Amino acid sequence: MSLLPLTFLLPLAGTLVLALSRGRLGPRSSAVVGVVSVGLAALVTAWIGWHFVDSGVGGVDMTLWTWLSVGDFRPTIGLRLDGLSLTMIGIITGVGFLIHLFAAWYMQGEAGVTRFFAFMNLFVFSMLLLVLGDNMLLLFLGWEGVGLCSYLLIGYYYWTEANGWAAFKAFIVTRLGDVFLAIGLFLMFRELGTLNIAEILQRAPEVWAEGAWQAQLAALLILGGALGKSAQLPLHTWLADAMAGPTPVSALIHAATMVTAGVYLIARLHGVFELAPGVLYLVGLIGAVTLLLAGFAALAQTDIKRVLAYSTMSQIGYMFLALGVGAYDAAIFHLMMHGFFKALLFLSAGAVIVSCHHEQDMRRLGGLWRRLPLAYAGFVVGGAALAALPLVTAGFYSKDEILWEALAAGHGGLMLAGLIGAFLTSLYTLRLIIGTFHGEMKSDNARHAEPGRGLVHGLPLVVLAVLSTFLGAWIHPPLEAVLPTSPGAGVHGAGHTVLGIVAAATSLVGLGLGAWLFLTRWRWLSERVSTGWAARLWWLWHNAWGFDIAYDRLLVRPYRGLVRLLESDLIDRLLLLAAWLAWGLHRGLSLTQSGKMRYYAATMAAGVTLVLLVLVVSG
Amino acid sequence: MSGVPMEHGLVLASILFALGIAGLICRRNMVFVLMSLEIMLNAAALAFIVGGTAWGQPEGQAMFLLVITLAAAEASVGLALLIQLHHRYKTLDVDAANRMHG
Repeated sequence: MSLLPLTFLLPLAGTLVLALSRGRLGPRSSAVVGVVSVGLAALVTAWIGWHFVDSGVGGVDMTLWTWLSVGDFRPTIGLRLDGLSLTMIGIITGVGFLIHLFAAWYMQGEAGVTRFFAFMNLFVFSMLLLVLGDNMLLLFLGWEGVGLCSYLLIGYYYWTEANGWAAFKAFIVTRLGDVFLAIGLFLMFRELGTLNIAEILQRAPEVWAEGAWQAQLAALLILGGALGKSAQLPLHTWLADAMAGPTPVSALIHAATMVTAGVYLIARLHGVFELAPGVLYLVGLIGAVTLLLAGFAALAQTDIKRVLAYSTMSQIGYMFLALGVGAYDAAIFHLMMHGFFKALLFLSAGAVIVSCHHEQDMRRLGGLWRRLPLAYAGFVVGGAALAALPLVTAGFYSKDEILWEALAAGHGGLMLAGLIGAFLTSLYTLRLIIGTFHGEMKSDNARHAEPGRGLVHGLPLVVLAVLSTFLGAWIHPPLEAVLPTSPGAGVHGAGHTVLGIVAAATSLVGLGLGAWLFLTRWRWLSERVSTGWAARLWWLWHNAWGFDIAYDRLLVRPYRGLVRLLESDLIDRLLLLAAWLAWGLHRGLSLTQSGKMRYYAATMAAGVTLVLLVLVVSG
Repeated sequence: MSGVPMEHGLVLASILFALGIAGLICRRNMVFVLMSLEIMLNAAALAFIVGGTAWGQPEGQAMFLLVITLAAAEASVGLALLIQLHHRYKTLDVDAANRMHG
């Protein structure tokens, strides 16, 4: 257990080595440093996990040192290892290592590989700090750290202006949520007198009655932070644009780990949410609405990465739905499964993109299945897991559990939304796979696709593909000691079986319909959506229900107008007057600096004479 | 020496100082500027001597020795500057070295 700090110190060491090398390391050695540091962290995590599960203790606390000490406020650099954080660090280092390994292949020949791996390692460090911290302040440090890395990596190709704006957008929108979270922390410290998570969970029920307004407000503020980070309605707009970063970044940050931080946060602070049932229901409701809206939006994207981005929002919507019905363990289980299969999908997408000379528009791909068999297999396995193909995939088990918990908790409406979402998921998944891999090759980039080679390329795909099948669902996160038992746990009546069959049927019907539509009716569909009301619907979905446009009209433009107004205001002019005065004086004084020694001597003599005169006359 | 009144000595010193300052301001040749400086230093030294004699104190002469030493140091630095001026600008005109103008 004493090795625990090594998990995040190793990636930090990697960052420091890469950052301090100042370009002296070549691309190859940079990749080695970046991959090995996370790989070692994964090994340490495996070792710790083995011992932790073996020892059977509920949780281990480790205080490294006191961070600050101001009166009663003594946050520590303290770590908390329990089932939940172990699950999270397992995902972060394990999936993170595979993605780093793949990135070593993906980033070959790109500019600034050292910078890339430095940021990636820094991200892993921050994310580990986020999930291991035993107090909210340390969690917040990690929270901001991952936000920073997300910003840096979205804007990785900074020479294209749009990428810079996408990075700005992600940073600003998530910052909006972070402000709520920060205020939530202040409120909790004021009310409970501590930021230690264990103490918060212990004191909250003592101080707050169920439904007390402070508890509701605290839960709402924390939810605000989680919504921003996890790209849920209404702060979801940044995630689709975040796809501007390199694809391994999308896999690691914008699918497997960082965006699920909101789910982790709510699960971690479940005690606060239990005291505010209304807010908890709101969590589920937001999840349900997001999963539906994002599902429709994913149907109408042409960029394969954007399809995956909206699908990520939709899947995190499932997790929020599970949190909302009190099935925290189901949410974390789906988080883990989603981490596997979405990382697989993104990495396969990365393989397609590199092979097809950075072509990622479905309209210019197609027919690749024969040329890129490994990427195709990755897409099929990952897509099957995403669409929750019954019995053989990991996604089926986690999604089925969420739906059953929703029903068992008596939220039939949320369960129905989940079912419709599953249908949509099947549809857009098949559209993505068929559009990319079947039909005719629609451009030269697709025709000249070169499959990736080598262990570094293949190993991550194969491992993640195995984890995305039912084999991954055998991993049983040790969450019993940390999270409260969910309403549907242990109840395995006929209802569960019936629901399982219905969910399986929904997914199969979606897949069948998708196969029929997209394999045989693709041309008809694309003609249909270019005219009439279908075109308007397509436009609406393609723009993800117009949130971006609405935010632009309602917030961005008025704000910029206000800025323009304030730019020429009177107070500013008044301040400028001082600047003009200073400038004029400067001009006058600089005239006296003629550089002529004789002039200086004369001035000095005149000055001395004047002083003497004054002394004589006044004395 | 007691025959010379103190005022006479001081007036002489003042005249010498004024001459020196006028030369410093008006002359453009650096050799004459340095000479003017020497005259000013000597005027100040003369004032010390006159004061010391009038009051019968030895400090005036001590100060004179100090001023002489100072003048020697000043002359060496000034001549070094003069050589540099000539080396860089091929002239002895001090106004040529006005690159510090604001």
